[in-house]
Amino acid sequence: MTWETVIGLETHVELATKTKIFCSCTTEFGGAPNTHCCPVCTGMPGTLPVLNEKVLEFAVKAGIALNGEITRHCKFDRKNYFYPDLPKAYQVSQLYLPIVRNGKVPIRTESGTEKVIRIHELHMEEDAGKLVHDPWLDQTKCDYNRCGVPLIEIVTEPDFRTSKEVIAYLEKLKSTLQYLGVSDCKMQEGSLRCDVNLSVRPAGSTQLGTRTEMKNLSSFKAIARAIAYESRRQIELIEEGKKVLQETRRWDENKDATFAMRSKEDAQDYRYFPEPDIPPLVISAEYLDDVRRRQPEMAEEKMVRYQQEYDLPVYDAQMLTEQKALADFFESCVTLGAEAKQSANWIMGQVLGQLSAKAMEAKNMKLTPSTLVTLISMVKEGRLNRNTAVKVFEDVFDTDEDVEEYVKVHGLAQINDPTALAAAVEKVFAANSQSVTDYRSGKEKAYGFLVGQVMREMKGRADPQAVNEAVRDKLSG
Amino acid sequence: MKITEEMVDYIALLSRLKPDAEEKVQMTAELEKIVSYMDVLNILDTDGVEPLSHVFPIRNVMRSDEVSSSFPREELLKNAPSRDDEAFLAPKAVEG
Repeated sequence: MTWETVIGLETHVELATKTKIFCSCTTEFGGAPNTHCCPVCTGMPGTLPVLNEKVLEFAVKAGIALNGEITRHCKFDRKNYFYPDLPKAYQVSQLYLPIVRNGKVPIRTESGTEKVIRIHELHMEEDAGKLVHDPWLDQTKCDYNRCGVPLIEIVTEPDFRTSKEVIAYLEKLKSTLQYLGVSDCKMQEGSLRCDVNLSVRPAGSTQLGTRTEMKNLSSFKAIARAIAYESRRQIELIEEGKKVLQETRRWDENKDATFAMRSKEDAQDYRYFPEPDIPPLVISAEYLDDVRRRQPEMAEEKMVRYQQEYDLPVYDAQMLTEQKALADFFESCVTLGAEAKQSANWIMGQVLGQLSAKAMEAKNMKLTPSTLVTLISMVKEGRLNRNTAVKVFEDVFDTDEDVEEYVKVHGLAQINDPTALAAAVEKVFAANSQSVTDYRSGKEKAYGFLVGQVMREMKGRADPQAVNEAVRDKLSG
Repeated sequence: MKITEEMVDYIALLSRLKPDAEEKVQMTAELEKIVSYMDVLNILDTDGVEPLSHVFPIRNVMRSDEVSSSFPREELLKNAPSRDDEAFLAPKAVEG
């Protein structure tokens, strides 16, 4: 039998606010345990939480960008559970009236077609603290620095069929949120976390199978592997005549498998009720208009503009706009006077090449646009040959050194002296008379060899065009 | 609505309370009283009435996103039933 995997995602994204959702403690990552805390975020009795206006603004911005409907009358609810990561014994979240509903995220599938992933809802909530088990004390240490850090949780409909679609959606989501500036989406610091709901069913069936929820997925790679593992596990169970249990499973990166988590003592009964400490939110048309007006230019809009304004091919426009940091880099290069297509070529070739070789994201790169622009203009002005420029680029990529200086210190400037070139050609021809004869008797390959030898004689610093011409002239002369 | 012993046990479990037999009897009676009071509300016809989301007629109470200093850790940890130098301590809760 052929099986179909059905996947829905719940993604938690930490918002890039300076302060927590209900108090003025910093959201800065790290810090000694319990030093970013106050009576509000540690749940002391008698404290009054007050909503951070930036949290609402960021949630609305995200909702608009994900093509959702903004809930004009919205409120918070308490989700009750006893677990020491929450000192209040409840999490302030939104169940009944989430801020955003019915969003749509278009993704590109493997076959190149567009598919729309439906967003069921997006709601605001607070993050929980960090628990570390102390084996000496056999007790759990609670660090509440993350408690109250604002999150949005984005819940999709079960619209995914493959892990490739899941990754495409997450890439798109991440890029969108970074464009908006509402989150830095660093998976390794936990500012983007994803739970995967997965079930299987016979291909063609319209009924959903029993799903499991997978947690602890800390990278896109882990997500893809966990999906592969879990759908195989469920299919095997069913084929053996067994049943899939609805449960939460934990992905174990080292064992490459999922394991059922001890249920929180069957307390999946969260007894939600309206949060009485936080008055409801009424979102006016003026507020919405204002947020809409201030939405930044998004990837799709940039793509169109790059094609029109800079005359770039679709492919280039798409590559440059996938990451906001890369698009910003490109625009800076153009502003600094570099030619658009030249800049695009360097960014898509060299910059992306270095980033992927170093497994880095564009936003963490040290190289500045002005360094690349200098390099481009040195090539254009004939002061550096292109091959050397690529080498210089690689050398300064991590340091962002002054390239003019670097070229001077390392003696890499292009040699444009015709006498030196003529001398080099003379010398190479004299030492390789066999190749010259070979070429004249029809062996085309000898030509390339001679060019290479002359370039070598010039220590790689000649203008390749000039070398080509000089060799050709000499051969025909 | 009748409150059964199982319901009390379940609520106690969710609340991490361990009432003894005598307390359970007392709780059952009290809960039943509270829940039956809700029947009074059911007398009213509430069709078409918007659910109340807050008892006060206030809305949109927010603060600006400005950091102020956190609380001294020592003060925060003062009331903890169990603690070390830097953290609250709880019974083992982490998996694995």
